[in-house]
This record gives sequence, C-alpha cells and structure tokens, in this order.
Amino acid sequence: MKMDAWLLALLQALLYLALAPLLAGWVGKCKARLQNRRGAPLWQPYRDLYKLFAKEARMAHTASQLFRAAPYIVFAATWLATAGIPLLSTDLPTAAMADIIVIAGLLALARFFLALAGMDTGTAFGGMGASREMFVSALAEPAMLVAVFTLTMTAHSTNLAAVVDFHLASTNLLRPSYLFALGGLLLVAIAETGRIPVDNPSTHLELTMIHEAMILEYSGRHLALMEWAAQLKLMLYGVLLVNVFFPWGLARDTGIGALSLALATVAAKLLMLGAALAVVETVLAKMRLFRAPAFLNLGLLLALLGLFSHVILEVGA
Amino acid sequence: MILEQLPLLQQLTLVLAAIVLFVSFVLLEQARLVAAIHVFAWQGALTATVTAIVAANSDLKHLFFSAALTLIMKALLIPWMLHRLVYRLELDRHRESLRHPALAVMAALALVIFSYWAVAPLVKQELLFTRNIVAVSLAVVLIGLWMMVIRAQAVAQVLGFMSMENGLFLAAVTATGGMPLVVELGVAFDVLVAMILFGVFFFQIRESIDTLDVDRMNRLTEKADES
Repeated sequence: MKMDAWLLALLQALLYLALAPLLAGWVGKCKARLQNRRGAPLWQPYRDLYKLFAKEARMAHTASQLFRAAPYIVFAATWLATAGIPLLSTDLPTAAMADIIVIAGLLALARFFLALAGMDTGTAFGGMGASREMFVSALAEPAMLVAVFTLTMTAHSTNLAAVVDFHLASTNLLRPSYLFALGGLLLVAIAETGRIPVDNPSTHLELTMIHEAMILEYSGRHLALMEWAAQLKLMLYGVLLVNVFFPWGLARDTGIGALSLALATVAAKLLMLGAALAVVETVLAKMRLFRAPAFLNLGLLLALLGLFSHVILEVGA
Repeated sequence: MILEQLPLLQQLTLVLAAIVLFVSFVLLEQARLVAAIHVFAWQGALTATVTAIVAANSDLKHLFFSAALTLIMKALLIPWMLHRLVYRLELDRHRESLRHPALAVMAALALVIFSYWAVAPLVKQELLFTRNIVAVSLAVVLIGLWMMVIRAQAVAQVLGFMSMENGLFLAAVTATGGMPLVVELGVAFDVLVAMILFGVFFFQIRESIDTLDVDRMNRLTEKADES
C-alpha cells in the first residue's frame, strides 16, 4: 500500500511534466483563435521540445560552469515545487512537502539561478533581463505570500494539501477574504509566469522582454529545459489557483474512480483558466516596465485586504 | 459569531461590505476624475445593496426606503451632477496622479487596522449579524478623510467627502439598524445641498485662481510677500 502511494505520487509528478507543454499549447491556440489566426497545433510545444533536445547545445566562450549547470537546477527546482501541489489527490506522500513556504523557496531558488545564468555570459541583454526579473519578483513575492497566508489562516496550516482537504471537508461559504486572495494571486501569477501585461511570452527579440532576455544565450537541450521549466511554472500557478480556490472534484483518497473524476475536473478547470488567460492576454497591452510596481502593488493591496477581511469580517470578536 | 452559522444572504452582505472597502481604495488611487466618479457611483450602489439585504434579513423594513434613497442619491443623482460639472469645467481629460501612490495606500491600510482596533470593544456587544461591518464602515470614513487630505483636486476632495458619507451611512445601518427616517431624509437633503454648493464653489475657485488645484491657494499671498 505504501509502495502504491509512492507510485501514484511519481505518476502525478510525471503527469505534471507531460501536461505542462499541453497547457502552454492550449493558451497559445486560444490566443491565436481570438486573434483570427489558425494558430499552431496543440502539441506544438512538444515538437519544439523534441527539436531542441535533438539539437547541439552551443556555449558562449565567456560562459562558466554555472551557465551549464543552471538549466538543470532551474528545471529540477521548478519540477520539485510543482510535484508537491496536489493535482489529483490530497492523500499522497508528496503532500507532506506541499508547504507553501517550501514551494515559494524552491521557486526563489530557480529564479536565483535563472538570473545568475542570465548575467553569466556578460551580454547586455542577459544582465537587463536578470535585473528586471529580480525587480518584478521582489514585488510579486510578498503579494503571493500574503495571499496564501489568507488561505492558511482559514485552514490553520501552511500545507496546501491540508488547505485543500479543509475546504473539501467544510461546507461552501462565501468568504470575502478568498475573493481578494484570488484576485491578488491572479495578478501575481500573471507577473510571475511572464504573461502580458507584465512580460510578453511570444516575443523573442525585443528590448522590453524579461524572461526571454535571460535565456537568450541558451540553445539545444539547455534551452529545452529552460522552456520546459517555464511551462511547468505556468502549470504550477494554474493548478495552485484552480485546486486551492475551486477544489471541487479533487480526490481525497487514491481510488481509481475518484482519481479519474479528479483528472477530468482538473483538466476542465485548467482549460477554462487557460482560455481566460488567453482572453486577458488579447485584450490587454503590455505595460511599460515601470508600471509593473503599480500592477503588483494592486496585487499586494488585494492580498492584504484579503488578510484584513478574514480577521475583521470572518473571525469577528 | 462564526461565519459557518450565517445563512447565505448574510454571508453575501459581508462580501459586499468588503467590496465597498476595496472600492474605497480604488477611489483613493483613481487618477482620472470621470473614472473616479463612476467608481463613487458603484460604491453608492453597493452601499444601497448592503442596506437592502440587511433590511430583508431583519424586521427593519424602513431600511428598504433608505436603500432606495441611497441608490437614487449616491449612485445616480450626485454622480450625474458631478459628471455634468466635470464636463462643464472641461476637466474630463484631467489626470492627477498621487505623488507616492504606494505610500498613500499603505497609510490607508493602516487606517483599516486602526478602525478594527477602535471598534473592537463595540463588536463584543451582542448586535446584529452586521456588527463586523462596523469596522469596515469606519475604515471607509477614514479613507474618505484621507482622500480629502492627499488629493489636491477640488472635485476629488468632494468625492472623498461623499464617500465618507457613504461610510457613515453604512455604519448607521450596520451598528444600529439605520437612523430614524426624519434624520435620514435630512442628511440626504443636506448632502444634495452640499453638492449644489460645491458646484457653485468650483466655479468661484476656478474664476479666482484659474485652476481647481486647491494647493495653489497657498500662492495667493505671494504678492503680499514681495511688496
């Protein structure tokens, strides 16, 4: 039985890995349809990854060992952070490491090495991208933590699996704090995954890019790992949003029936979230970089209001 | 009082009250006057909705009348008058950004904490299910006051004043089940008269100092200094 649970946990981690490019492909497809284009097929990200893995990885002359190691560290840290978040069931051994502070820490580790790798080759673009990434993340991280603290104060645990379990067990309530926390976390997710209006994911050579600027010097399998890690991060925030705020359908045990139901509901929820993201990216224009603090301040304000409304309105005297 | 014990409609009241507070923050930061007037109208509509739900949930039926009065005055009539004024003063394209928007918002958040602390003894009393909203309404009052302090534009200051009135009304509804009808009618009439007077004042201010930026009023003494 113990062995089975670990197998399931491994399966869930692999499922994240397999589905992340599909989610990115779906968002791209929706965006293309909204812009009256036919768009690339859904499995285009898989083809891109396959192509990149088959290609030779070239290194700049000035690059150090860190440049070579960074893609593996970034990919491993992001995958590890993702694997803990309950995708199908809350009753898995990996649930023990689904602590929100651990996840934020792993993401910060990945970002640290990403920024170092961006600066390593000494190009102007890499340095600019790294400094912008740190600028955005320094503003986004407090907002994310405060938003999640709102949830954890309700459930009395910083473990995401416990939070989801708490919501599945309790009756449905209209919580003002969750409304604000959801809004705050949405803004943070947009900023952290580098989507419009903070960063443009489809640009490849533009002065305003953030994420692309850091990985400009990468090629071959290194670039593939970096791209895959970015897709995993999008998946991570997507699953965090849908499974924590709308946990209905998630399995609380490891029965086959419950798991397949959970897979169907999670897939439906992620498809809806992806379509909504595509709409947002179509109707909004990219902001100037120095407007990003205002955007993330709104996120922090929403998160703090969530915290306050939990204390003032929900707990009472 | 625990949230789990409340019926759905009363939970909705709490959610709407929280949104009223959020709208106060939006009003505080909104740089465009026309958009700020729309935001103010939404705040009035939300206040009216909260009042209507409180009325439906208790035997205070006269609150329905207050809700209707608030909706007409705060969500329709006053925003319409302000809208007309702004267009007549040709301020519809005016933008006024705060010098330190993040600091202004953080100060407003501190006001929320202060009002929670200030009404904590009141909340301990056995009151209606709305007693937790009292802190929110006090925060709306204080944020309106804060808006009058930091905004230099006269129209924005009037919006702050009006949103203070929204907060006071919300406090009256949630703490004591609304004011007597006579008082309510009087206050509504006062606000309307104040609005008309503000309109007259706007034109007077602009005629004398050519702008509605009231910080410029300090400069009226400049000539006296020179002589």
